[in-house]
Amino acid sequence: MTPMIDIGPVDAIPLRGSRSVTLDGQNIAVFRTGDDRIFALVNRCPHKHGPLSEGIIHGHAVACPLHNWRISLETGEALGADKGCTPTVAVQVEAGRILLAAPIRVAA
Amino acid sequence: MDLQTGLEPALLVDGDGDLALATRPDRRHLVVIGNGMAGCRAVEELLARDGGNWRVTIFGAEPHVNYNRIMLSPVLAGEKSFDEIVINPRDWYDDNAIDLVTSDPVIAIDRDARTVISRSGRTVGYDRLLIATGSDPFIIPVPGHDLPGVISFRDMNDVDTMLAASAAGGSAVVIGGGLLGLEAAHGLALRGMQVTVLHLMPTLMERQLDEAAGWLLKSALEARGQVVLTGADTAAIYGEGRVEGVRLKDGREIPASLVVMAVGIRPAVKLARECGLAVGRGIQVDDHMVTSDANVLAVGECVEHDGQVYGLVAPLWDMCRSLADGLIGTTNPYRGSVTSTKLKVSGIDVFSAGDFSGGEGCEDIVLRDAARGIYKRVVLRADRVIGAVLYGDTADGSWYFDLLKKGTDIADLRDVLIYGQAFAAGGGPADPSAAVAALPADAEICGCNGVTKGQVVDCIEAGAASLDAVRQTCKASASCGSCTGLVETLLALTLGADAVESGPKTMCGCTSFGHDDVRREIVAQGMRSIPEVMQLLHWSTPDGCSSCRPALNYYLLCAAPGEYRDDQQSRFVNERLHANIQKDGTYSVVPRMWGGLTNPRELRAIADVVEKYEAPMVKVTGGQRLDIFGIKKEDLTAVWADLNAAGMVSGHAYGKALRTVKTCVGSEWCRFGTQDSTGLGVTIERLSWGSWMPHKFKIAVSGCPRNCAEATIKDFGIICVDSGYELHVGGNGGIKVRVTDLLCKVTTEAEVLEHCAAFIQLYREKARYLERTAPWIERVGLGYIQDCLLTDPAERVALAERFHHSQSFSQDDPWQQRVAGSDADLHQQLEPAE
Repeated sequence: MTPMIDIGPVDAIPLRGSRSVTLDGQNIAVFRTGDDRIFALVNRCPHKHGPLSEGIIHGHAVACPLHNWRISLETGEALGADKGCTPTVAVQVEAGRILLAAPIRVAA
Repeated sequence: MDLQTGLEPALLVDGDGDLALATRPDRRHLVVIGNGMAGCRAVEELLARDGGNWRVTIFGAEPHVNYNRIMLSPVLAGEKSFDEIVINPRDWYDDNAIDLVTSDPVIAIDRDARTVISRSGRTVGYDRLLIATGSDPFIIPVPGHDLPGVISFRDMNDVDTMLAASAAGGSAVVIGGGLLGLEAAHGLALRGMQVTVLHLMPTLMERQLDEAAGWLLKSALEARGQVVLTGADTAAIYGEGRVEGVRLKDGREIPASLVVMAVGIRPAVKLARECGLAVGRGIQVDDHMVTSDANVLAVGECVEHDGQVYGLVAPLWDMCRSLADGLIGTTNPYRGSVTSTKLKVSGIDVFSAGDFSGGEGCEDIVLRDAARGIYKRVVLRADRVIGAVLYGDTADGSWYFDLLKKGTDIADLRDVLIYGQAFAAGGGPADPSAAVAALPADAEICGCNGVTKGQVVDCIEAGAASLDAVRQTCKASASCGSCTGLVETLLALTLGADAVESGPKTMCGCTSFGHDDVRREIVAQGMRSIPEVMQLLHWSTPDGCSSCRPALNYYLLCAAPGEYRDDQQSRFVNERLHANIQKDGTYSVVPRMWGGLTNPRELRAIADVVEKYEAPMVKVTGGQRLDIFGIKKEDLTAVWADLNAAGMVSGHAYGKALRTVKTCVGSEWCRFGTQDSTGLGVTIERLSWGSWMPHKFKIAVSGCPRNCAEATIKDFGIICVDSGYELHVGGNGGIKVRVTDLLCKVTTEAEVLEHCAAFIQLYREKARYLERTAPWIERVGLGYIQDCLLTDPAERVALAERFHHSQSFSQDDPWQQRVAGSDADLHQQLEPAE
């Protein structure tokens, strides 16, 4: 079982907002959607490595700030015509705290 | 109302507290069993004829108001929300004083006592009873058909079950390759499930499509990733405690966590049969929908008329008209319906009508265009159209259907019939609107809402000059939208192509409204938040997208300065972080240099920042200022603090906002200068900085016609001349270079400032989000701008004043606010706990 790491309260992220956290040298984007779900992805767009944590979040997707690729928060896959995938990070919420799984290292 | 006695209250008061309806003790009581499309349409028809003499109680088994059952597929597919498929909202029941009893189906009818009894035990008396119970899904009685996870596709509850199942992912099996089954399969596939369709017959939708079209459809669905098994006979549904898969008679097993049975429907006749009404395949009715009991009527899918049972929505409209006329004593016999089917399956247009089974004396005319995926077949007998199947291009469906219904002799058209109406009428590659123009007034345009061409044209002639207006008045194209093209053509034909109020270009996929409609409604309805706009204008997505949210944020900000609270989450990153994101995720920072002027203190502060934060590059921009590159997000606030300390504020180089005012040195230094262009530039920048705009906005002031500040490719350009100032608008130096138009010439600096403020405000209020001034002026014309700014000085002053009012809220340096601690979280990473 992967140890889960407490990265802070859910309230630290606004609705439809995102913040990043660095775990073991890996930058992770943590998203809070309009329906108050928490998702986490490696903070790097599969296209040109834009920081997804700075994108506009709508539904369960984020639009990358660099070239507006839309990435599914559920699967990390690019939506629409674009092809590519960014790794998802296991996340759970317990007693209002966000717990992240320690990430698997991904080659840059 | 007291449901035990059926007595009315003395008064009914509507939601506003107004007296809605006085008691009419002599009014007759109509009780309707079934709160669906047939029951409610019948009530609408009756109220339209004779509302004053009837009071109505409707019993529904579901917890909802009347919704459009044929639109469940788009809800499943995520294209519509439940609210969008409601036909009769709660207000309709209230306004008509209809007593709606939901979630409490009628379980028995006592015809002798003239009462109905509901599941909860209510007994309600009636003068006339209308049974509109529709149909029940047919469940094949194979072993396992009652396992949890086996459902039908008939109501909102089924859709909710499917949505819940698809959220968990996995595989689904749809039993039945008819219309309903394929729509369920399409929706589940869109929701991410691996879908297998099992169909007993050799080709899909064999009741609507011939073999060739059925095969085309199967190929197209397989290309979209669905597995389609035809000739597949289900032996059993297996699973321990809940469904795990389907076993076919040939032994194959298909694992599935969800099984949708969509093999057919049967008229729901149980109540009618139990109370002794004459029932065949359906409840038997006469030409005015009266059953074997003169006090009991029935309508819709539950009835059998003249030996026919209908499972489509179109016959409803005619049935309900005859029913309502019969109730008020007018003769208008229902004579049965010839039905056609026009639908979209997985985005593929399919049409069929009449008899296409072939046989003795029938002739086929067939056209195939494999490259375009088009198949058309018209079936003739004795020079009459008796059937048609269209796949891929259904534009002529209503024409063939009309020829079929009227039994038109097509001997003269025969050679060109298959090429469609326009070709047949004009003999050439034709004006596509000719086909619509040639349709008779009683041709049906909108099958969902039963609207004829004549009704659409009447509604347009009565003032509905846009697609939206038509949808709101006669409801044509307001449901599934497949006849939108026809309605648009009717608008153009009726009003002339130029007179149609175009609104076809929507803001984005989240809404059917265009930018201008949305802005108008925001102002007219006084909307004050993005969720409010999305709710009132029926957004189809829960929280918009990265296109519409920034636009809405701007429109609200512009409409209600000082009142509207900016939504950071609807801003692009640059406007949220007040800096420009670069390809490596760092930011560039541009402090404002008023009119391009700077001084040692500012330059020193910039130099210090560059060294302190190890910025790898500093560059002079095209807008006469300095851009500091490579600043990390976490350092932005500290950089701004240092720049603020030297008196500098945000340059808004990142925003849809005023960028810079570029100047030349002017009369103070230049031997050609005619006016103080530098000083004027500084004044204008002090006036306009900090303002949010539809897009970026650049200004320049040149001191003489040599135009060193390049004012003729700016959004607002000023060229000083000996006698005053030439004011230019709409220039652009970007991808598509556009030279400005001369707006006017003025003589004083005060006039320059007033015209500048008024022009900016006009642009802010009228241009669409992300529309630069150049394309805006191309779109609306220079004449419009001149009308607004020059014709009436009072109007110009009002515009300028609105700009100044707005500026009084926007000229706070956003950098300084962040330095003071606002939105500090935006710049900080989360910290993992130890």
